[in-house]
Amino acid sequence: MRLKIPTNFRIIRLPCTGKIDIIHILRAFEKGADGLYVVGCMEGDCHFNEGNFRARKRVEQAARMLDQVGVGGERVKMYNLSSGEGPLFAQYSIEMVNKIKQMGPSPIRLAKERMKQKADAA
Amino acid sequence: MIIAEKKPIEEIIQEVKDFDRILILGCNECVTVCEAGGKKEVEVLASVLRMYFMNQGQEKTIGERTLERQCDHEYLEEIRNIIDDYDAIVSLACGVGVQFAAEKYLTMPLLPGVNTICLGANEDRGLWTERCQACGTCVLARTGGICPVSRCAKRVLNGPCGGSTNGKCEISKDTDCAWQLIIDRLKALDKMDDYEKVAPVKDWSTDRAGGPRTVTREDVKI
Repeated sequence: MRLKIPTNFRIIRLPCTGKIDIIHILRAFEKGADGLYVVGCMEGDCHFNEGNFRARKRVEQAARMLDQVGVGGERVKMYNLSSGEGPLFAQYSIEMVNKIKQMGPSPIRLAKERMKQKADAA
Repeated sequence: MIIAEKKPIEEIIQEVKDFDRILILGCNECVTVCEAGGKKEVEVLASVLRMYFMNQGQEKTIGERTLERQCDHEYLEEIRNIIDDYDAIVSLACGVGVQFAAEKYLTMPLLPGVNTICLGANEDRGLWTERCQACGTCVLARTGGICPVSRCAKRVLNGPCGGSTNGKCEISKDTDCAWQLIIDRLKALDKMDDYEKVAPVKDWSTDRAGGPRTVTREDVKI
């Protein structure tokens, strides 16, 4: 297929999106990630019946928490596609990367950089 | 088990904002099962607080620890050697754990991270409902195993009141009439004779009316 996708995101593989926990999402942001998206199977097609529904709920909860701490819940999103939809995967990755670029760096990353500069200067 | 609910993050932020070194202390018992204050919730709250204060440009130390229980001396002792590293503790245990920790560590501010709700059962995924009010004098033998004290809004002990309609309580259409449940169960048990027996006046001195309660067991004392 040789589709072009952005190079500035990292893929973390999970056995099922149902494996994802809120803390995984939060830790990514705590470590300085600018955005995060979860790609699960089509709704209704989960091999474990409800893994992708659980993931969606957790993504929504994480988004609410990120809103509450001022990071921005829009930086995290859940997508669904089937394993045969490579072009859609590429489209989603471009869409998400563009959206995050528009939003700019995560306030946590900027805060971490400021703290590091302060520490270096001291 | 004891059912608790997470406090809103905003409320916890307000509670801890004046402290620089905060320990989030979880409990492995009831609050873990009802997903309000176990290890996972400790991790999430600590992460959220770290991000919030980082975003505010404040450098705070936020530690995480989860004890087997917070209502027993031996487990609470486990944090004695690290307690001086912190200015405040946010306990995600039920009200019992928060108070017991506060009694043990007199000079350490103890802040609750959950609201303790009731003694209940896990009826369904994400649904916990009250089953017991710890009234101290159990009447379940006579009421078909369904508690009129915790499940009837009026705590009536001799049949339903006039607010019972089609098996539901007048306080809400979603609330079962406890006495309807009791009668259904007594019928199923073929023990409707029990329903005819007038309950004597209940001794409420074993409930909260008698003040804080204590159980002393000489047989298990050392």
